[in-house]
Amino acid sequence: MVTFGIKNLDIWFGAAQALKQVNISIESNEILSIIGPSNSGKTTFLRMLNRLNDLSSNCKMAGEVRFGQEDLIKIDVELLRKRVGMVFALPLPLPLSIFDNVAFGVRMHGERDRKILENRVEEALKQSYLWEEVKDRLDVSAFKLSGGQQQRLCIARTLAVEPEVILFDEPCSGLDPISTAKVEEAMLKLKKKYTIVLVTNNVKQAARVGDRTAFFLSGELIELDKTDKIFTAPQDKRTDDYITGAFG
Amino acid sequence: MRNPYRTQKIAFFFLLIATLLIVIPVGIIVLIIIEKGLPAISWEFLSDIPRKGMRAGGIFPAIVGTIYLVSGAIVFALPIGVLAAIYLSEYAKDNLLTRLIKLAIVNLAGVPSVVYGLFGLALFVVFFKFGASILSGSLTLGIMILPIIITTSREALESVPYSFREASLSLGVSKWQTIRHIVLPNAIPGILTGTILGLGRAAGETAPILFTVAAFYLPQLPSSIFDQAMALPYHLYVISTQVPNVDEKTRYGTAFVLLAIVLVMNLIAIIIRYQFRKKKKW
Repeated sequence: MVTFGIKNLDIWFGAAQALKQVNISIESNEILSIIGPSNSGKTTFLRMLNRLNDLSSNCKMAGEVRFGQEDLIKIDVELLRKRVGMVFALPLPLPLSIFDNVAFGVRMHGERDRKILENRVEEALKQSYLWEEVKDRLDVSAFKLSGGQQQRLCIARTLAVEPEVILFDEPCSGLDPISTAKVEEAMLKLKKKYTIVLVTNNVKQAARVGDRTAFFLSGELIELDKTDKIFTAPQDKRTDDYITGAFG
Repeated sequence: MRNPYRTQKIAFFFLLIATLLIVIPVGIIVLIIIEKGLPAISWEFLSDIPRKGMRAGGIFPAIVGTIYLVSGAIVFALPIGVLAAIYLSEYAKDNLLTRLIKLAIVNLAGVPSVVYGLFGLALFVVFFKFGASILSGSLTLGIMILPIIITTSREALESVPYSFREASLSLGVSKWQTIRHIVLPNAIPGILTGTILGLGRAAGETAPILFTVAAFYLPQLPSSIFDQAMALPYHLYVISTQVPNVDEKTRYGTAFVLLAIVLVMNLIAIIIRYQFRKKKKW
């Protein structure tokens, strides 16, 4: 099943074009990795999927994007973001306790029942492999956690609102290898239930977790294929240069 | 040869001098007021009406008047100021008009208070026919402190990291919920700082109340917001310049009470601010 169908997508920020004629379809329950150098438009692409680009007043978009059967720009933006969650490059806990961080989205969407909230929080923290580390101190500030724990907290917060798609924007860029392994482990488990789009600067990470990998360069989609194919027999020379490190 | 150690010593010396130049005069003023005013303070002084042409008796009506006026100004200016700040920092598009409005508000904070007094006279006393009354005076003081409250509240709101907003919005939480539950609670300490500044200014100004509320002499307390009232700064002005042969003790006693009221009001705001800072999780 296709989760996102994207045809001839162009995005501009003011006069600068960030994405040029991108065509991708994102399948359900896959991990799509997006690799590419800085400024290649991969984060812009990701933020388009839950319309966070709308927050920049100078952002313009053309082309067709379908989320399931619906036209992306016609969906109510709050409903869309509830269904398409996002984990940012830096851990961004809210200035609340661990429990309140995870419960925040659920509460804001109208859930008041303490029992239901507790269940949701526990389940989400278990899915992001954080429960064992924090179950005895749920009421301390989220800022007391280490960077890796904070990032898994942010994943739990996204999971708690029960999205269909999770967008990861370089989720391990600030993390040590052990925390990175934990986040990757979580991602691999999560793809059974969710569709995952992962933007990463770490080529090896794309190779480890991605079902398919897309290579972006200067706002264009250069190549998209099964991950092992991209890494063993890329069609385009630029892809080959980038993954072997010969680039720039 | 430049000696970085000596340069640091010299810089430190000048920084210290600048600080002392501020602290010492303020300290001296406070000390003189306490030294000369404290002997005047008695239960009678605080609770009696002025007698014998304000040369004896107490200053109770002026104390009550000042408390009414400052409370009225805050009740009026705080909600409007905070709401305007939320609109300007969170909702208004960043264009020339918005920037002009922000600039105008910052500049309004520097307008001389007598101008606000005349404005209050024209608008509230004459046009709205409130007459010289607590209502007119409170509204005039409120308008005077609005720019301070808007500017400091705006700064407080804008100092809440943008990433908090983005994280909240990315969960599908609405913009208003984000402001209400994430931005505003973290901006409250800064907003209270603005309120403290506004409070002090409203309590101490004479010019804005001169034409709008202040009575030269009233032997009884105001009974409604449409009554005139005495106020401490104006009373101080009157007994210092308009009435001959007032004890120095009485004058400094009045100044001391004014200072104490502002301090107590600030203390309340500071305690509330401290409670919020303690809850802050970052």
